[in-house]
Amino acid sequence: MSVMTSNKHSATPTPPSRKRNSLSKGKLPRWAVPATAAGAIIIGAALSTLTGFSVATFAIYSAVLFVIAATVLTSAVEGKRQGRNAMWTYLIYGSFLLALIPLASVLYTVLEKGLPGMSSHFLFTSMNGVTGAVDNQTVADGTPVLGGAYHALMGTLLITLWATVISVPVGMLTAIYLVEYGKNGPLSKAITFFVDVMTGIPSIVAGLFAAAFFGLILGPNARMGIVAAVALSVLMIPTVVRSTEEMLKIVPNELREAAYALGVRRWRTILKVVIPTAISGIASGVTLAIARVIGETAPILVTAGIASQINTNVFANWMSTLPTFIYYQILTPTSPTNIDPSVQRAWAAALLLILMVMALNLGARLIASLFAPKKGR
Amino acid sequence: MAKRIDVNALNVYYSKFLAVEDISINIEPKSVTAFIGPSGCGKSTFLRTLNRMHEVIPGGRVEGEVLLDGDDLYGPGVDPVTVRSQIGMVFQRPNPFPTMSIKDNVLAGVKLNGKKISRSDADSLVEKSLRGANLWNEVKDRLDKPGSGLSGGQQQRLCIARTIAVKPDVILMDEPCSALDPISTLAIEDLINELKSDYTVVIVTHNMQQAARVSDKTAFFNIAGTGKPGKLIEYNDTAAIFSNPEQKATEDYVSGRFG
Repeated sequence: MSVMTSNKHSATPTPPSRKRNSLSKGKLPRWAVPATAAGAIIIGAALSTLTGFSVATFAIYSAVLFVIAATVLTSAVEGKRQGRNAMWTYLIYGSFLLALIPLASVLYTVLEKGLPGMSSHFLFTSMNGVTGAVDNQTVADGTPVLGGAYHALMGTLLITLWATVISVPVGMLTAIYLVEYGKNGPLSKAITFFVDVMTGIPSIVAGLFAAAFFGLILGPNARMGIVAAVALSVLMIPTVVRSTEEMLKIVPNELREAAYALGVRRWRTILKVVIPTAISGIASGVTLAIARVIGETAPILVTAGIASQINTNVFANWMSTLPTFIYYQILTPTSPTNIDPSVQRAWAAALLLILMVMALNLGARLIASLFAPKKGR
Repeated sequence: MAKRIDVNALNVYYSKFLAVEDISINIEPKSVTAFIGPSGCGKSTFLRTLNRMHEVIPGGRVEGEVLLDGDDLYGPGVDPVTVRSQIGMVFQRPNPFPTMSIKDNVLAGVKLNGKKISRSDADSLVEKSLRGANLWNEVKDRLDKPGSGLSGGQQQRLCIARTIAVKPDVILMDEPCSALDPISTLAIEDLINELKSDYTVVIVTHNMQQAARVSDKTAFFNIAGTGKPGKLIEYNDTAAIFSNPEQKATEDYVSGRFG
């Protein structure tokens, strides 16, 4: 606080003999808020040290002090309304920072623990032949960890691809029916209700459904990639329906009428006018739905099982995906006595998964901007 | 080209609500007919029944007949899509397709229907339609740019070009100038005068000066009160409607005493 008062005299030389604007009110100098923040941090540190220093109490004390001080100061100088505005502004900034903490923490942890395991060996080899003995030998020799997540990466890509291939047509056609043909009739109301119910299905239940369904057809132990893809599509379809529906709804009716007035049939209007106009939103909705299911673990375990070798055929044999790979590496380390190589592989796989989801989100933005109605003159 | 329209005892409904009652009117080919009247009197609703666009709205239906050169638009087995390709429509707000270029907007009626058209035919159709809509000189250097980048008045003329590119017999215009500035309005009005030589034009307008300027005949619609159906009060030569109307209500409306 002493820093503040000493600054006050030097930093604001009042302009001489200038007529005071009758419309203006008091205005805090620009350095006042940073100075208050600095003061709050110093006092917060002091208070925190008094009660046994910890980062949490330091941050909380400083934040509370800053919000109170900035509010009081602004009210005193700029008036009550500006004071309230300052309080809510800083509270909202605070909540934003609070919400950012878990994200930053997750990213930091995954990068810190996952990067050491990231290598071309990890990306392009499977766990085939990597046993507890291999891991024990690696730890004993101090050589790089053997075995990778290539099989899980392929499994994730293939199962998600097939889930998308199943869900996108079903979801899009459902949404087209609801918006263009259903007209709020009893059938479309029923569909909307069941889509809402489907949204709430726990993922393990979707997995059990797919496992039981294929079990009935192909006999017990029918575990393969396509069963997992069906389970994931049960989770994806409602998301695709919802997002496509919203996008189709915001296509202006004028465009449909313009096409009808040119003598264009309804299905051609939908195919050539309505969907192209909404395609950017639909594409990003679909990408977000993929990002949502790519991290599912439980439904994969009950439908595709677990594998340590490469299997690129979704219609036969068990398959691993990145989430089930992580789950198994952590829960049942390859070598029960030396778990470090397994833990390292798990974190590297987690990093890989996060990178894939990020790439999908960026891809969604790219697709949205590529397909968006053209601007320009 | 340019067919006549005869409407006999037409009732127009929104579900159970009777919006327009008992309209009978004969519209001559190669003429401009203006519909005037206060808001909510059903003139736009009636206009939309002339190319079966009314039934696009849920619950929209009609009773009676609309004859296009003697063929009933609402006869059994009539495909509304065929009707609409012969009777084009221009809407109140310019609505070019945002995903298409200027050229594709003009060709929309052909391309959206999946018809094959050679490149040279397409180019000549685009030029002919844009010239017909008085827009060619303004856009000929940027045919591949999006139609949404044009000004409002240009967009409306683009919509007219799009409509005449499918070679309709009749063009319906639903307040085509209400979203435009006076200069664009003048451009559209000049265009309507030119279109008259090839097409039958029916225009709904709120602007009585516009009706007086562009139309050969004028129909005055009115409504007795909220919830009552709109009716055709008087239909006559434009000069007669504005200078010597037969009905008291028409005189009150065109002289600005009400509405």
